Amino acid sequence: MLELKNITFTVDDNGGEKRIIRDLNLKIDNSRFVVITGPNGSGKSTLARIIMGIEAPTSGKIYFDGKDITDLSITERAKLGISFAFQQPVRFKGIKVHDLLRLSAGKELSVNEACSYLSEVGLCAKDYVNREVNSSLSGGELKRIEIATLLARRTKLSVFDEPEAGIDLWSFQNLIRIFENMQKDIKDSSIVIISHQERILRIADEIVLLADGEIKKQGSADEILPELIGTTAAVNACDKLM
Amino acid sequence: MLNLDEIQKSIMAEVADLTDVPAGAYNFRVNSKLAGRHTTENIDISSKEQGSGIDIFIKPNTKNESVHIPVVVSDSGIKETVYNDFYIGDNCDVVIVAGCGIDNCGEHDSQHDGIHRFYVGKNSRVKYVEKHFGSGTGDGKRILNPVTEVYMEENSTMEMEMEQIKGVDSTERNTIAELKANSKLIVKERLMTHGSQNAVSGYKVSLNGEGATADVVSRSVARDNSSQTFNACIAGNAPCSGHTECDSIIMDNGKILAIPSLEANNVDAMLVHEAAIGKIAGDQIIKLMTLGLTEAEAEEQIINGFLG
Repeated sequence: MLELKNITFTVDDNGGEKRIIRDLNLKIDNSRFVVITGPNGSGKSTLARIIMGIEAPTSGKIYFDGKDITDLSITERAKLGISFAFQQPVRFKGIKVHDLLRLSAGKELSVNEACSYLSEVGLCAKDYVNREVNSSLSGGELKRIEIATLLARRTKLSVFDEPEAGIDLWSFQNLIRIFENMQKDIKDSSIVIISHQERILRIADEIVLLADGEIKKQGSADEILPELIGTTAAVNACDKLM
Repeated sequence: MLNLDEIQKSIMAEVADLTDVPAGAYNFRVNSKLAGRHTTENIDISSKEQGSGIDIFIKPNTKNESVHIPVVVSDSGIKETVYNDFYIGDNCDVVIVAGCGIDNCGEHDSQHDGIHRFYVGKNSRVKYVEKHFGSGTGDGKRILNPVTEVYMEENSTMEMEMEQIKGVDSTERNTIAELKANSKLIVKERLMTHGSQNAVSGYKVSLNGEGATADVVSRSVARDNSSQTFNACIAGNAPCSGHTECDSIIMDNGKILAIPSLEANNVDAMLVHEAAIGKIAGDQIIKLMTLGLTEAEAEEQIINGFLG
């Protein structure tokens, strides 16, 4: 489904050059649940943004379903079937939750349909559907609405950048259920999650450990997770709160 | 609808959402002439001398009735000043829809200056909706300079929605309001300027009675080479509360000057002002692009939502 070939991403660093991603190769097949983890600053979020086209790689190629999408815009990638949930969702003055879900679905959406997506992410739909996506919403509420926009998108590849951050512990299990349902509902779809939450790593088909912009390890949860426990790449949800 | 041509009909739809004659009282003014009028048992409309405007009388206790007084200017070169006075009795609950559209395909400037005065009776509620709109391809400018004066008796409420989204080359809007005890004024202004348009909007709200409240909120977008000035002053002359807010998006080479001001003349006057001007956040555009919108579509959605 998705293939990253020799991806390098550099930024200017006080006149010098800093490599955030180094010659990275990664292949994600259909119907996979892949978690990309690693310590802070390892390049995880940059990699996710490169997949969506928000950042352009300095060199390398990206293929989606065999098509070279390296030079395609965010919009073109979105239309091909890639979606992206922001780590810090954006607020909009005047745009209502219903509007955002309608734009996500790419078609008119009845209140009932919009509400079903909100219920899915644990928000009491009637309280939220007509609210503005503005600063009156808490970080946790915004985060769930962000996930609801991806439910409405129904794309083949969904990329989530730290979806659990700011979400209450009780809804962790629901979050995992949402990911599982998404994969069931959309044939051959894959999910890529940037996370260092142990509970999310546990349900991965595949874990990719990133450090210093390179893949250090890659494999099944059974193979990789034991080595990660206790490191910053796999923290317990309670530890994260402390 | 009456005897209007297609351009006049489309302007009527833009400024008053009318595709047919409305229910209730109405007065249509087209190219400086009366084009239709209807009065009801409770709402009377009469012309001032020499076509200089109308008087609207709303009887006390009139509830759930509306008055539409749209104005259309479609002949190039018209310049007019019109005085419309609204006398709203006590204990009313009414909707007043005004609005003016200018279509100028000629080379002469067209200008409509509407001076609206509202005398709102005790315990009455008034919702006032006013849209301004310009169209036409001529070199002549489309100019609207509305003056609105609101005099509110005790316990009255006035909600004003004023919108100017497109096509008006130059506007200078002045609104003054004087509020007695426990009266409430809510103003929502929506403004977008483009091309080389210039818009000035000024408010002077005087909270004269105990318990009077005012909330004056303006949202605006200045694009291309247009410029805007927003100057709102709330004066607290009694124990009262007032809030004014100017929130603007600036684009291209637009210019915006926001001057919110407060004047407290009583120790128990609680007054707040807020002003923010900024361009559209890059993250907002990116988020909407990840939903499949182009950059231009994303921008349009953000502006529509902001001004909605």
